[in-house]
Amino acid sequence: MKRALPGGRWLILPLLALRAVTPVAAQSVDNSTFLATLGELREASYSDKEAIVERLSKTGHPSVRAVLTAFLDDRLYFRNSDQQVFVVKSADADPLTLVDPLSLKETGSAPADGLTKIGTNNGLRSVLRSTVARFALSSPEVSVRLDAVREMSKSLDDATAALLRQRLTAETDSSVKNEIATALALSALDGANPADRLGAVQTLSHSLSQDVRNRLALLLDKAPDGSFAEKDENVRRAATAAVGTIDGWRTFYSGIETLFFGLSLGSVLVLVAIGLAVTFGVMGVINMAHGELMMLGAYTTYVVQLVMPNHIGMSILVAIPAAFLVAGLTGVVMERTIIRLLYGRPLETLLATFGVSLILQQAVRSIFSANNRSVITPEWMSGSMRLNDALSITYNRLYIVVFTLIVFLLILLVMKRTRIGLDIRAVSQNRTMAKAMGIRTEWVDAATFGLGSGIAGVAGVALSQLTNVGPNLGQSYIIDSFMVVVFGGVGNLWGSLIGGMSMGAVSELLEPYAGAVLAKIFVLVGLILFIQRRPRGLFPQTGRAVDDK
Amino acid sequence: MSTVSEEPEAVNGDKQVPGLWRRSTLVVRGSSGRHDRGGKWFLRLLAAGTIAVPILNQAVPASSVFHLSAFGLTLIGKYLCYAMLALAVDLIWGYCGILSLGHAAFFSLGGYAMGMYLMREIGPRGVYGDPVLPDFMVFLNYKKLPWFWYGFNHFPVALLMMILVPALLALVFGWFAFRSRVTGVYFSIITQALTYALMLAFFRNDMGFGGNNGFTDFKDILGFDLHSDGTHVVLLMITAIALGGSYLACRAIVESRAGRVVLAIRDAESRTRFLGYPVESFKLWLFVFSAIMAGVAGALYVPQIGIINPSEFAPINSIEVVIWVAVGGRGTLYGAILGALAVNYAKTYLTGAFPEVWLYALGALFVLVTVFLPHGIVGVVSKRGKEK
Repeated sequence: MKRALPGGRWLILPLLALRAVTPVAAQSVDNSTFLATLGELREASYSDKEAIVERLSKTGHPSVRAVLTAFLDDRLYFRNSDQQVFVVKSADADPLTLVDPLSLKETGSAPADGLTKIGTNNGLRSVLRSTVARFALSSPEVSVRLDAVREMSKSLDDATAALLRQRLTAETDSSVKNEIATALALSALDGANPADRLGAVQTLSHSLSQDVRNRLALLLDKAPDGSFAEKDENVRRAATAAVGTIDGWRTFYSGIETLFFGLSLGSVLVLVAIGLAVTFGVMGVINMAHGELMMLGAYTTYVVQLVMPNHIGMSILVAIPAAFLVAGLTGVVMERTIIRLLYGRPLETLLATFGVSLILQQAVRSIFSANNRSVITPEWMSGSMRLNDALSITYNRLYIVVFTLIVFLLILLVMKRTRIGLDIRAVSQNRTMAKAMGIRTEWVDAATFGLGSGIAGVAGVALSQLTNVGPNLGQSYIIDSFMVVVFGGVGNLWGSLIGGMSMGAVSELLEPYAGAVLAKIFVLVGLILFIQRRPRGLFPQTGRAVDDK
Repeated sequence: MSTVSEEPEAVNGDKQVPGLWRRSTLVVRGSSGRHDRGGKWFLRLLAAGTIAVPILNQAVPASSVFHLSAFGLTLIGKYLCYAMLALAVDLIWGYCGILSLGHAAFFSLGGYAMGMYLMREIGPRGVYGDPVLPDFMVFLNYKKLPWFWYGFNHFPVALLMMILVPALLALVFGWFAFRSRVTGVYFSIITQALTYALMLAFFRNDMGFGGNNGFTDFKDILGFDLHSDGTHVVLLMITAIALGGSYLACRAIVESRAGRVVLAIRDAESRTRFLGYPVESFKLWLFVFSAIMAGVAGALYVPQIGIINPSEFAPINSIEVVIWVAVGGRGTLYGAILGALAVNYAKTYLTGAFPEVWLYALGALFVLVTVFLPHGIVGVVSKRGKEK
């Protein structure tokens, strides 16, 4: 970025000049010439059409770009009755919405059979594409310019190369500059001068694109007669080195990508397990209905979206506290009515909560039907962030990592910095002593269970963005979340975080070699073996009892 | 639960006292097998049923109300296999306090071993007519039989495997787990993970076990047609004998001196260890025996039902078995059998008549039994008996 600045600053004048060309010239072009040239398209042969497109682009009329884009998209028609040329808004509709090619304003509609499409063929389309790209090159939007350069580099001839070179001097954005340099270098590979080719190879070695790598690898191809595609020895050596460099970087970035996938998968695991870590760790209660509490959270998201269909973007933010409340209250009710009666009998609690999970599942089936419900992903969560040619990160994975960390920090804060957190820790360490100190353990139990359940609900909101929202949503995660808690060490939030993240990373690392299912089996078997070595997990809670269950 | 960590709490009047009290009553009940009235009734009924079933199916004409249809035959056979599985779970949970949530894995492995024999028995009569390869292998482009399928065309080998495979898995798994003193809910969770991992593995097509379709379309067993009622009657009688035999074996174990140690482990594991008993070996051998029983039950289940697929490994199946035992009454062998029969009959009835209600009922059963009936149906009945 810094390197690009000095050039950009003193070349700002030509840039302004280039920008100025189009609009200023446009004023002097009269509309009738433009229309007449456009009209010629009706009868022309394909090769004539190419010439006409060329002439059109030179008129500099303000609507040239839109018209040519429409032509490229098969949206340029003429009316059979008066032979007038129109752009249509969408070629699929009937009647077609007509757009005036001069003003680009809608001028009514006409039935599809009253209009004839002006046809294109492959050759014409490629001419159109590079012409349109040339216009896009001067767009103020960086992304439009980038796309234009990529489009042009697919079919680069001397004229377009010159255009790119001209643009390179004026370009201020470093990513566009790189893209142009790559495109020019790619075309320079075909040049006659070995020194130029060598320079091009060296430029290209900074690229990360798979296309560039393949193009460079082509240079090293051997023809059947033993001669190389690239004649010059030095260029070949440089190309070998460049391919090596690119491969190295691509491997590095794909490693980072795998790690990121692992972290995002791990985040999901942490998110589903962390509520369990609270209830299991603090209360020694196995909550088999934990998965169903997540399911409730996911369904809450669905209901919130039903209630506010016009604010999908906001709905997730509303759903988070709503799901916390719904699942948390369900948890408190469970605790007060069932679990309270079973303290000190962990195996019985396991069975009773499993019963609750069956009831919740069937209740959801009765209310919402057994079919999956579709939860809409808000726009700000879809799409991906492209860091470079080799690495792009999807937003929903990024958000899940961030969201997990926020939830984790919040819980940590509650546990370490608030009164209720202090009470919870006291009760988990020594229930009798805490009671003697005047802590209302019953109330703390209910609050802890409510907190753990509420977190499950919040996890459900996140899951609704990742998987199908159906009655079986919880079941598919329950075993994983137990494994995370047991792996990390019961009663240790940091253990759950590290346990979940490493489980996610390991299964993503195994996946390319073993496949998703086998990777999961390996992780499970690995965990089973791990628990044999360290029955209390990574970070066991230390105590003096002979065995505490 | 160790007494060491609990006794002070008990003095303080904490919540765990009722649990302790309940546990101590179980000791008395568990060892009261000598006056095994319920067990005697069970054996009598089983014997009567074993005699009645062939008569009702073969001798009574089909038009009579007392005729037992082929469907009824299969159903009873299924219940008896489930009862055997429940017995296996009760032996380790009710008497040794080990809650295994993976017993469906042993059941299914036994079933798969039987299924492999039945698949080889089809021979060239399959849809694709391959003399050696079962249909699904032809379908999945196998060129030759995987090594672990060799020998399964001989029934004695298959029979050995039905016992050996679940036993070996239980031995290895139990040896690791008990040696590291993985107990309580931790053990439950890893057994659940075990059966879940096995389910995922068996769902894979390239495991060589037919993927998610499993094995089906069996033709005959030891040359007897599996579609005839006569074969089913014999299978049913064998199952009944196996169930009766397992019951007697379990009772013998429970009433032996070793059985007393097992009970002691359940009630005070650390104290038993401190007294010098090798707690791990007792647990391990009981676990292996229980796994074998589950495997045999699975092996008897497959030819009667006619299909085995990976969903048998599903963790929910294992948990359901536990609820059968809890409903009947854990810590009494005939209670487990009673529970398996009662819950499964209810399931057959409710899933047929009110499919919506079944999961509510099962869920409520879990909650109510654990909260209000810690000794199950048997507990209620024997309490009444004492009050009289």
